[in-house]
Amino acid sequence: MTQVNLTIDQLDVMAEEGTTILQAALANNIYIPHLCSHPELRPAGICRLCLVEVEGQLLVSCSTAVAEGMVVQTATLEVEKIRRLAVELMVAEHERTCLSCGKNNDCKLQEICRFVGVDEKRLASLQPAERKLVDSSHPFITKDESKCVLCGICVRTCREIQGAEAIDFISRGYATKIGTFGARPLQESNCEACGECVIRCPVGALLPRGFARPSREVETICPFCGTGCGLFLGVRGDRIVSVRGNPGHTTNRGRLCVKGRFGWTFVHSQERLKTPLIKRKGRLEEASWEEALELVTAKLGRYRGEEVGVFASAKTTNEEIYLTSKFARVVLKTNNIANVAHLCHANTVRGLLPVTGSAGMTVPVWQIKEAACLFVTGCNPTEAHPIIGLEIRQAVRSGAKLIIANPREIPLCRLPHLRLPLRPGTDLALLLGIAKTILEEKLLDEAFIAERTLNFDTFKASLEKFSLAEAEAVSGVPAERIREAARLYATSKPALIFWSMGITQHSHGHKNVWALAHLAMMTGNYGKAGAGVAPLRGHNNVQGATDMGATPAWYPGYQLCPGYELYPRFGKFASSKEKFEAAWGCELPETPGLSTVKQFNPRARGWGGPEMWDLPQKIKAWYIIGTDLVNSVAGSHGVRQNLEAAEFVVVQDIFLTETAKLAHVVLPAASFAEKDGTFTATDRRVQRIRRAVTPPGLAWPDWRIICELAGRMGYGDKFAYQDPAQIMEEIASVVPLYGGISYGRLEKEELRWPCYGQEHGGTPVLHVDRFLRVEKGEFWPLEYELSPELPDEEYPLVMTTGRLLPHFHYNMTAKVEGIEALGGKDFVEINEEDAAALQLKSGDMVRLVSRRGSLLSRAKVSKAILPGVVFKPIHKGAVNLLTSADFIDPMGTTPNTKVCPVRLEKA
Amino acid sequence: MAETETAIQSKVNAVFSSFKGTENELLPLLQRVQEELGYLPQEAMLEVARFIHVPESRVYSAVSFYSQFRLKPAGRRHITVCRGTACHVRGAEKIQETLERELGIKEGETTADLEFSLEAVACVGCCALAPCIVINGEKVLGRLTPQKVQRAVQKVKKEEGRQDAQKDHPCEPGDVL
Ligand code: SF4
Ligand code: SF4
Ligand code: SF4
Ligand code: FES
Ligand code: FES
Repeated sequence: MTQVNLTIDQLDVMAEEGTTILQAALANNIYIPHLCSHPELRPAGICRLCLVEVEGQLLVSCSTAVAEGMVVQTATLEVEKIRRLAVELMVAEHERTCLSCGKNNDCKLQEICRFVGVDEKRLASLQPAERKLVDSSHPFITKDESKCVLCGICVRTCREIQGAEAIDFISRGYATKIGTFGARPLQESNCEACGECVIRCPVGALLPRGFARPSREVETICPFCGTGCGLFLGVRGDRIVSVRGNPGHTTNRGRLCVKGRFGWTFVHSQERLKTPLIKRKGRLEEASWEEALELVTAKLGRYRGEEVGVFASAKTTNEEIYLTSKFARVVLKTNNIANVAHLCHANTVRGLLPVTGSAGMTVPVWQIKEAACLFVTGCNPTEAHPIIGLEIRQAVRSGAKLIIANPREIPLCRLPHLRLPLRPGTDLALLLGIAKTILEEKLLDEAFIAERTLNFDTFKASLEKFSLAEAEAVSGVPAERIREAARLYATSKPALIFWSMGITQHSHGHKNVWALAHLAMMTGNYGKAGAGVAPLRGHNNVQGATDMGATPAWYPGYQLCPGYELYPRFGKFASSKEKFEAAWGCELPETPGLSTVKQFNPRARGWGGPEMWDLPQKIKAWYIIGTDLVNSVAGSHGVRQNLEAAEFVVVQDIFLTETAKLAHVVLPAASFAEKDGTFTATDRRVQRIRRAVTPPGLAWPDWRIICELAGRMGYGDKFAYQDPAQIMEEIASVVPLYGGISYGRLEKEELRWPCYGQEHGGTPVLHVDRFLRVEKGEFWPLEYELSPELPDEEYPLVMTTGRLLPHFHYNMTAKVEGIEALGGKDFVEINEEDAAALQLKSGDMVRLVSRRGSLLSRAKVSKAILPGVVFKPIHKGAVNLLTSADFIDPMGTTPNTKVCPVRLEKA
Repeated sequence: MAETETAIQSKVNAVFSSFKGTENELLPLLQRVQEELGYLPQEAMLEVARFIHVPESRVYSAVSFYSQFRLKPAGRRHITVCRGTACHVRGAEKIQETLERELGIKEGETTADLEFSLEAVACVGCCALAPCIVINGEKVLGRLTPQKVQRAVQKVKKEEGRQDAQKDHPCEPGDVL
């Protein structure tokens, strides 16, 4: 960078070429009043308060670059006169209720007035503007137009930072104001309620609702999605009163989505569980810890091995999930340990083990913007992983190519992109079409294939018979469009593929995942910055749930259990039973366990040999931590039946969920804000969460409950931990991937697994010189496969499910009033042609019927979804009553949730 | 005239056929769409936003900025108030204020019954008659005073009830307005 020399107010100053006079002055502690300029936004030159004089000329310092030898004067008579006039005009029109204003003492206009000095008398002579009503219709944002100084910071924030472009200047002259399309309320516009504009508004025109100034702040991690944004909880007394994005966090760089910024009030919800509950005569009644723990010890302690099922929570910490996994195996002697990953990315995780050795996102979130091509398939980052959605928007705006494969028009479709509107469940045909094109047009990375992979020819041979015509016929995407996507993907490097449930929630989901990994290997997109695969994990710590072995197939750290020595070619894949027996100091169960769906529907087909398809129900008792299975498992009716029939069910949660209502004993747990621990984000970053407030009532952190129970069941010596830090020490000692992780290091370092030891700095980019664990990537033969349940005359439409921006799932965000106000309405989205045929219009009550059940909702007629497909958000209306748990993936055991034939009836 | 959604859509699509769909076509597109529809209903603005890939808020911003664009259909009697120099000097502001008061709408708006709409423009080319207004783009009324304007509006409003049968003829020859 070249430096230029200039003088500001007679001081010699050096500044980098290209910086503005304002920046140079501020950097040298010379204050120039400025209102519309913001360090994170491009200069706009609107307020004119930053005037300076340069060689007799008046210049706007926020939009004028420094130049060699420039002589700047910030306070000449002329400058001061003009500036005072401008400020006075602004202040005259401003509603001056400073003392009661939420921005008092933090307001840029006050700061400027203090500096410039305004004259009350002159102000009085200016006509005040008429007082406009404060708009409090938005649940999270108050808008006071009478305080707006029209600096445009909110408009530029919404454009440059958020990329939503929901607001702009509207009207002209005196009537000018900030507004949305059609001057509608924010909540009826494209606004994503991120609040980014609110935190940047220099005055009190935009304020967050329900926030207060905290007396201290606690650095922690967002409890909602797997993006893993850093935030500060503001605390006053023993209550959270504010949330602020952590500007130093490399993932979110201060930004937060609506959930992260405004979703925290669930912590103090009146509905939190405050005492243990015991079911007596069919009713859950309050009980003491002593009673509850005694009962659980006596009852749960009776079951062992195949008789008991355990669920770890993807919302709890790594330490707690590790303990859950250990508790199941050591205390209850069972491998029936499951978590919700089996409903989502198990197909990715187990699917990729024999292909690339690890399913971790290959690069950090902050590297997304380095990708030249983003292939987004079967996911909707803007709503489900909002900050990752922002990174994608930013990459595209700085020139990256975007390919979107989705039956729905997702919000990312507002960016320039190539769209592949495929029919639900036909992903594999589409992906094989892309692979075939890459083969035919020789867009391969031959060197990468030769040096770093195996079995390419087997894969190639499996594509022999497959044609683009078939890809088109099956997926409905024109062959030429598929070719175009293939060329774009294979020639724009580095390329990154994003996926989620749209790819995995199929009974052949692992094949979809293989196809995606194969595309990345064919094109050499592994081991480089900004390249590879990004399976976006849902829960804040579902990555950790997988890492910590809350699954029948492996102990913590992907170290396999007996019966899962899947890949004999690699010695390291042999069972780690002995290792863990030594580490945990006791014998461990031999029998392979059952994953989520199989525990409730032992007759589900697909996984294991046919002898595993029609199993009898052997489980008699469940210990379920922080998982609302009755809502979240496909074919949820079966879950309810099983839990009702069970001999004993313990549910440990922060709310009385639908699942908890079926329990014999309910144990109250602490939320993320009430305990210490770590979460692992979707990009493998292990991060500290910290206790900010005390748990409500008698609630305890999950780790303490587990240890208490283990102690009472006779394993106190193996569960004697002082604090979570100690649990992490044990994790580091048995999980090589976490070998170098400790609370001490996490205080100062950004660590992504694998992190093998104290000296190891973690792994930002996976598979750099060799593939993790398997050394070489391996291609597998692939053939197109149909979904097991297809639409017919009786059920002519395909239902797919998904998330809405404001919500997370069923429980936490549903307890946040404002989120309910923004996204609480249930609907089923249907294409306008299908709606016309059924004579439906938006708002009509409809009955949605599948082979398994029916539910009521309201139609939302739209152009944004393919004909023949309907979309139902997961948050309301027990959508899994309709889905099926009959067919599961042979590797990941994930059910076929995304293709559910239904019909729609006017209700 | 307010149009049905389908009618709007087909007219808007017809307009699009002679454009490329690039961002810099925003203003000409809006002008052409307004020529077709007489005003810019929200559905039409949304279509324009989609067509040229600009955020809908920006389309609305442009439409609300330029006085040539109408957010509502023009009234049966569309009144243009001249605010050119000659008219200004002779009290156009008072004329406009009177009209706004009598009709209960602001410049750029249309009465709820779609009877009147009001627009301010620069010189309409009849400076000799200043201050003047133009009805439906053809009939010029000049040398006005606030009183004259007030009387005229009240007269028309009174006649309204009796003239229901003739509503299809926007401006009858004998009307003052
Ligand atoms: S609302 Fe705030 S940020 Fe937006 S223009 Fe007004 S003062 Fe500036
Ligand atoms: S809250 Fe976010 S999306 Fe909504 S207007 Fe503000 S910046 Fe834009
Ligand atoms: S993107 Fe995910 S982690 Fe980040 S603030 Fe939103 S919900 Fe929280
Ligand atoms: S700060 Fe420079 S013009 Fe506003
Ligand atoms: S100024 Fe009004 S007609 Fe010319």
